[in-house]
Amino acid sequence: MFKRIPSESTADAVVFDFEGRSISARAGDTVAAALLAAGETHFRTTPEKDRPRGPFCMMGICFDCLMVIDGEPNRQACQVLAADGMTVRRQIGAAEVGPDDPIPGAET
Amino acid sequence: MSETFDAIVIGGGLLGSAIGYGLAKKGLKCVILDEGDIAYRAARGNFGLVWVQSKGIGAPPYADWTMRSANLWGGFAGELRERTGVDVAHEQPGGIEVCLSEQEFEERAAKMATLAGHQGGRFTHEMLDRKQMLDFVPGLGPEVVGGSFTPHDGHANPLRLMRAMQQGLVALGSEIRTDSHALELNAAGGNVRVKTRSGTFEAPRVVLAAGLGNRDLAPMAGLDQPVRPVKGQIIVTERVRRFLNMPTTNVRQTNEGTVLVGASQEEAGFDLRASARVSRTIAARSWRAFPFLGRARVIRTWAALRVMTPDGLPIYDQSETMPGVFAASCHSGVTLAAAHADVYAGYVADGKLGDELVPLSAGRFDV
Repeated sequence: MFKRIPSESTADAVVFDFEGRSISARAGDTVAAALLAAGETHFRTTPEKDRPRGPFCMMGICFDCLMVIDGEPNRQACQVLAADGMTVRRQIGAAEVGPDDPIPGAET
Repeated sequence: MSETFDAIVIGGGLLGSAIGYGLAKKGLKCVILDEGDIAYRAARGNFGLVWVQSKGIGAPPYADWTMRSANLWGGFAGELRERTGVDVAHEQPGGIEVCLSEQEFEERAAKMATLAGHQGGRFTHEMLDRKQMLDFVPGLGPEVVGGSFTPHDGHANPLRLMRAMQQGLVALGSEIRTDSHALELNAAGGNVRVKTRSGTFEAPRVVLAAGLGNRDLAPMAGLDQPVRPVKGQIIVTERVRRFLNMPTTNVRQTNEGTVLVGASQEEAGFDLRASARVSRTIAARSWRAFPFLGRARVIRTWAALRVMTPDGLPIYDQSETMPGVFAASCHSGVTLAAAHADVYAGYVADGKLGDELVPLSAGRFDV
């Protein structure tokens, strides 16, 4: 669906993990841009009706690109720069912040 | 030229909408005269509790009126859904006030005992210790020593409630006029005439339900509605998985998953600004009760003005100098909505307030 605009810099500089798939991105790509360029469009499912959603605005307004990034839920993939070694997961339903949910980065 | 109706309600907030809806259900053709979106609209900042356990402590008539409304609420919400298709998200799972110290716990226990005394056997409550509280809500903060529980409490979505009542009254043939700030009341034969920015209206019955505007309108009918603004601020978080199965006084999780944090009270005149200082205060208390809430992102904070009376109890009056005029003021537009629609509107239709509301007249301030 999306194609990269040809550019002189062709080297993929960043690699991150999306649901077990290795995604190559250019330095400066947002997570959302990198995933769209890699053909991924299902970023999250809605909390109430479990419907698939992907980025709509790409500028931080629509909140349809929410993902779990490095363990932190409900992050806007269009506002986070892709980084080497990142772990990116779909946000399935509402974020987990309850007493039984794992705390990102906490020692276990 | 003026338009004539069976009844006029001045103010289209939660209170006016409930009364207008109730009048329409009684078969009256009613018009709500509203300022429109420039109104202060306390409903914007209503926390959405249908709350029994803090109302009327030391004031049995208010405790009774509140309990009556809470008991009517289930049927009321169902009827609104059937009539309008709007689900106001009412649930009555009971509610909790969280106590963060032994002193708070003891004071709470004393208040609950007072309320139980007012209500005879009809008010059920339980003081829960920390262990019992953890059965309701795991993960409570270490400072939580216990809390008070009543099965009478519940919650609903205030803005959907307002929309449902307005849709309901329009479906029943009544009307809502916005841009209709009421300016003047006059007796006109057997009717009362209301002059507004957008025209003149007449009806044999007029209810002043204009929130903070009642203060200036009431004297035109020889009534007194000494209300003042009390600012309340709310924080709302992103949607998170359900962790709280019943509302608490300061924190409730909506059916959609957002978490509301509230219960600030500020004497700030007509200032509507939300402040970081107050957000910090109310967030800190919610965090002490539910530490994991610190991980939920805040979406928005905002403030609105409560319509507060000198003693915090509602005021209901009817005019002697301008028969047919009623005035009502309260800060519990959600809790009391069912009573306003299904009981109070009937009194207006009949032209006489019920005896149980006599103690809630503004006459109580003339001592």
